[in-house]
Amino acid sequence: MFRSLLFIPGNNPSMIQNADIFMADGIIFDLEDAVSISEKNNARNLIKHYLDNSSVLPKQVVLRVNSFGSEWFIKDLEILKTKKVNYLLVPKLDYESLNTISSFLSDFEEKEKLEETKIIALVETAKGITEMSLFAQNNRLMGVLLGAEDLTNDLEIKRTETSLEIFYARSQVIYFCRANNLIAIDTPYTDINNIDGLKTDCKYAYGLGMKAKAAIHPNQLEIINDIFSPTKEEIEWAKAIIKLSEENPEKGAFQYRGKMIDKPIIERAKKIIQKAEIFNLL
Amino acid sequence: MKGVAGSKESNDCLITIESSNETKIEINSIVGAFFYDQIYSTIENTLKNENITDVHVIVEDKGALDYTIKSRLLTAIERMREDV
Repeated sequence: MFRSLLFIPGNNPSMIQNADIFMADGIIFDLEDAVSISEKNNARNLIKHYLDNSSVLPKQVVLRVNSFGSEWFIKDLEILKTKKVNYLLVPKLDYESLNTISSFLSDFEEKEKLEETKIIALVETAKGITEMSLFAQNNRLMGVLLGAEDLTNDLEIKRTETSLEIFYARSQVIYFCRANNLIAIDTPYTDINNIDGLKTDCKYAYGLGMKAKAAIHPNQLEIINDIFSPTKEEIEWAKAIIKLSEENPEKGAFQYRGKMIDKPIIERAKKIIQKAEIFNLL
Repeated sequence: MKGVAGSKESNDCLITIESSNETKIEINSIVGAFFYDQIYSTIENTLKNENITDVHVIVEDKGALDYTIKSRLLTAIERMREDV
């Protein structure tokens, strides 16, 4: 579970060596868009040796590989041999590529005696969005990250501050993830210096049902973590609900501050406490 | 044959490796006063592991950690091997 995932360019030693001290719940080491074609092997070697040799690593390690079918994809997978990668972030995923990659990974893992690699789908094409319901059959999937920049390119439309143009895509990701117990991860906010814009975007995405957000700059993490965490008031409310529920196990429903509390509300309170525990907020 | 990898950015190093008639390691580091031996040893061991001799290696170090130096050298070696 995480609230924030920070992209770090795979060929940037300064950022990589500080990866464990950023406030992100997970770090995405990027071998794709953030690395120029001439530097792909340089970045791959750097990430591999960083993971192999660093005694302290980020809480969660995500590796964004180059797209399946590119000349770098198979070489990128060599990094899995470090056994330090928690999730593979695969760009431009659609149903066909997810299945092909899964099958490929199964062979690779058997050959290298590796555990099953979990996948975060980076959905950033119209095809990926419309085929998402088919992804559910794949056991490797643990989350979906919406890539709005590439998606709007694919749709030949402009990204705007209101983000109305990605409302449908965001909703698709959220409903698909909720229905399949996966983490819905929102697209990064790319206007790095616009703090108010970031707050508005986070609140909107969180309000829709996104559970985490990707970041492209460390300065974005505090705001993302704050907005995607349960508030103090929510935590106190949840504690009170759980206490009342435990004190009245025979009652299916009861009142708290004039409002009816029943099973769905108690479940919600439990989820809030679970998140608060994971993010050390209790 | 020659290979170059890395950069002169902070915490990185630029490594050049070139065929030569003997093995020579040249290190220019901003932290050389403290870490020259460690950097030398990283280069020497990596060359040994890769079975490489008779090369001239130039390291221009801006405070890179060991794994960065090793990875840059390995990329430079890959590039040298491709440079035929």
